[in-house]
Amino acid sequence: MKALAWHGKHDVRMDTVDDPEIVNPRDAIIKVTSTAICGSDLHLYDGYIPTMKAGDILGHEFMGEVVEVGPKSTLKKGQRVVVPFTIACGSCYHCGKHQYSACDNGLPADNQDIAQTLYGQPMSGLFGYSHMTGGYAGGQAEYVRVPFSDVGPIVIPDGVDDDKVLFLSDILPTGWQAAEYAQIEPGDTVAVWGCGPVGLFAVQSAFLMGAERVIAIDHFPNRLALAKRFGAETINFEETATYEALMEMTGGIGPDAVIDAVGLEAHGLFVDNVIDQIKASTFLGTDRPHSIRQAIIACRKGGRVSMPAVYGGFVDKFPLGAFMEKGLTMKTGQTHVQHYLPGLLNAIMEGKIDTEFLISHRMPLMDAPKGYKMFHDQQNDVTKIVLKPGMAQG
Amino acid sequence: MVDDSVRDDAPPATAKSGDAAEQFAQELPEAKGDQVVARSVTINRPVGELFTFFRDFSNLPSFMENVVRIDILDEKRSHWVVKAPGGTTVEWTARITDEAPNSVIAWASEEGADVPNSGHVTFRDAGARGTVVSATILYDPPAGFIGKIIAKMFQREPAIQARRDLRRFKQLMETGEIATPAMNPKQFEEMGL
Repeated sequence: MKALAWHGKHDVRMDTVDDPEIVNPRDAIIKVTSTAICGSDLHLYDGYIPTMKAGDILGHEFMGEVVEVGPKSTLKKGQRVVVPFTIACGSCYHCGKHQYSACDNGLPADNQDIAQTLYGQPMSGLFGYSHMTGGYAGGQAEYVRVPFSDVGPIVIPDGVDDDKVLFLSDILPTGWQAAEYAQIEPGDTVAVWGCGPVGLFAVQSAFLMGAERVIAIDHFPNRLALAKRFGAETINFEETATYEALMEMTGGIGPDAVIDAVGLEAHGLFVDNVIDQIKASTFLGTDRPHSIRQAIIACRKGGRVSMPAVYGGFVDKFPLGAFMEKGLTMKTGQTHVQHYLPGLLNAIMEGKIDTEFLISHRMPLMDAPKGYKMFHDQQNDVTKIVLKPGMAQG
Repeated sequence: MVDDSVRDDAPPATAKSGDAAEQFAQELPEAKGDQVVARSVTINRPVGELFTFFRDFSNLPSFMENVVRIDILDEKRSHWVVKAPGGTTVEWTARITDEAPNSVIAWASEEGADVPNSGHVTFRDAGARGTVVSATILYDPPAGFIGKIIAKMFQREPAIQARRDLRRFKQLMETGEIATPAMNPKQFEEMGL
């Protein structure tokens, strides 16, 4: 089959590799019909994520048709499914508590050592995202082996377009969980840093959860315009002093809840950010966390901080004093995708959540390397690229 | 001498210095070996199920990566063939020295073992969380300290193996399979478990 493989920084290629087969009883093989490039795939593309090996197949947002099932899979051939990016067993203590991304058994035993050393305990496996997260082949391919297929994938009713439901795999539940973690109360003002897909879904989710106002912060005019479409007020941080604006827009109080949907590749030439960049490039610090610092400073006293953004290592100049003195609460983590799927599929079917607005480009899987470069170079125009293995190259 | 009354409550094997191996040796009916490895895991299954599976030693190679085979000699004795660094194997005959259903299995190697070893595996009911399984192993590394370094380089060091084997035991009992990124059965076999 053809698959998008990582070969180094800014070097991804379409490789020909063996088709995957059933290995374990609970496996299924999915023939991919749609797969997206995620903002976090750019972290891999830019070489920020350790434990990558040449030839690793990328992609963790995908859906398709079931073509093979193991004896313990509950799926049936021919069903259309969306697959969560987190690989979770459904049988361990954490899965029992619906903390799927904290699954004890999703990571192969040998791959658990690195995560255990870095984080204290190993987390769930992920598709197509380095060997630290299991070394599983990802979904930017014609076929994928899906472990624990009786727990993860959600069956999509006939007649529902791929483009409507594809984002159930990661970014929609991630944006939803971010808003849930902000513990929104009616009348709240919520500020969201980053109007990428997760930020935009967090904006929609926050309104559905009762927020009175949502203030969206970014520097790409096109992305801010999308946030506005869902009723958000906007701040362009290149034109406006963000903290001062947030304070004025909330009558000197600060937002009740703040959501950092930016993560480890924060843009913008702020002093601390430049220092972070130098440190990141010399491996003194691994993350560049300007947005989370600003979010904590802006948040009102006693407010809530939600951090869906991906951070992998250590940061310094974290405003621990402000966090403590103001009595803030923070909730964060990889998304417990499986927990949210049935509810969010319903919300899409009932028209409460718009998903298709996000897709700016559709292209054949074979054009994936071009897609990565485009997404990397033109973030104003490219909000989401969906790759279709079945689409003819033009 | 350290006064026992001022020791903390942590397991001896987690001490920064001291005589964990010596202390553990006193707990065993028959101790062999001067290096100690200890590791616990919580498995979300009833204690009886785990004990019964583990006590049937013919099940152990299904999650112990380095074990080539275990021949059951009689009710108490079994012969082990285990992978060692550099493509070689080591062998010993183990005898059960103590056993209590749903609680403990203790063993010691017999005379002539390539790697003299002993230890116990304990099972403790942990209520809603399942069962805490703890393995504590005493062993004499072949060729002493250098042997241990070489074993570590080849990832065949007992501490690494015990940690990974217990994770695989947990995976097998909780999910019915062992997690792998392999793309096909052949690759799975080549990767080990």
